[in-house]
Amino acid sequence: MTEPVPTGSTPSRSLYPYGEQSGANLADILERVLDKGIVIVGDIKINLLDIELLTIKLRLLVASVDKAKEIGIDWWEHDPALSSRADHRHSLEEQNERLRAEVRELRRRVEQAEKVERGERTASAGELPARGSGTRRRSPETEREPGAEPRRPRRKRDDAEDRGREP
Amino acid sequence: MNARRLSYAYAVVRSSDAVTQAAREALADIRGVAGAPVTLVRSGPVAAAVSAVPGEEFSEAALRARLEDLAWLESTARAHHLVIETLAARTTVLPLRLATVYLDESRVERMLGERQEAFAALLDRFDDHVEWGVKVYAELPTVSEPSPAPAPTPSPAAHAASPAEPDPGRAYLRRRRQHHQAREDTRRAAEEAVRRTEERARGLAVERARHRPQQGTLARVPGENVANDAYLVPRALAEEFRARMLHAADDLPGVRVEVTGPWAPYSFTAPPEGARPR
Repeated sequence: MTEPVPTGSTPSRSLYPYGEQSGANLADILERVLDKGIVIVGDIKINLLDIELLTIKLRLLVASVDKAKEIGIDWWEHDPALSSRADHRHSLEEQNERLRAEVRELRRRVEQAEKVERGERTASAGELPARGSGTRRRSPETEREPGAEPRRPRRKRDDAEDRGREP
Repeated sequence: MNARRLSYAYAVVRSSDAVTQAAREALADIRGVAGAPVTLVRSGPVAAAVSAVPGEEFSEAALRARLEDLAWLESTARAHHLVIETLAARTTVLPLRLATVYLDESRVERMLGERQEAFAALLDRFDDHVEWGVKVYAELPTVSEPSPAPAPTPSPAAHAASPAEPDPGRAYLRRRRQHHQAREDTRRAAEEAVRRTEERARGLAVERARHRPQQGTLARVPGENVANDAYLVPRALAEEFRARMLHAADDLPGVRVEVTGPWAPYSFTAPPEGARPR
């Protein structure tokens, strides 16, 4: 794409004494071919509004795509307006977060069940739980809110707000 | 529809024998979008440069998706531009917007027939004119804070060691002020450069079009783009224009003027009232 333009005719026939410049900056080319030029609605209709949106985003992309990737800029891959892949990725992230929340909640319930069981089974308070991991999982929060609904993060925020309101 | 070939139109030129022959010769050496050879479709006094493109790539649905694919967009835009600049080096050209696509060449011919008067008038306007891009960059001094953390409170010992040293808080504020001042100076110099480019264009350029400044944060182009203009200049004055622009900021520290082109008159094909210089 960036190779020099093969010029079949003699240079004197060219109207441009400066040589053709197919190596022109991508941003300069894009702002012309997407934003300027004669607009005729062809048989294949594309939404120019979409393209305008695109060019606004592309204004940020002054270097070539490869250069941007080189320096680790790939925002368009996450941007739903620029990439069909982004939607997919976004939903995966959401799914992931939902699953994590579910795992947290299930873990909490199991711990509570274990605690209740232990309380019934062990008469002597000095006895250690069989599995070490049990102790680790018993966070102060779980103890503070037995049987709470699965909305811990929100509850925490409320607590913080309440504290904040106190003089 | 998917299996068929569509007709991609790049630009409109005159259809005189001399022009079409020169255009065909030049186009023979290049390939257009999707690697296809580019040909001319004539209708009356005008002709369009076209090439066949695969329907599965240029259908409405496919285009919508492809335009989001920056790699595809880049190669398509460059191929589109290559055809236009190849033609522009030999004759007067009306660039069409990217992805102007017809079902077949007969549809292109019909479009040319319907608009030949308007095209002919525009071609007359652009005869012997070139477009120059003129961008002004301000190379603003970057923040050079001594340390990101607030200066530590000096211990009595440190005070004793260097009693002449002024209060670090004051020194910090002074540096901030100097830095701010330097940025202001550069900004003012850039404004002056923009004024000069506008002034120097007078008498040479016949029209001006403004583009939005490019945001160079992602590019490693140094400096902030403060003005991004295009000028339509008679070919006879093109070199003088370029030289004048290139030296517009010679004595202004931190300011750079970049000239791109000559371009086909991309920026002036819109109705002229929107593009007239003030």
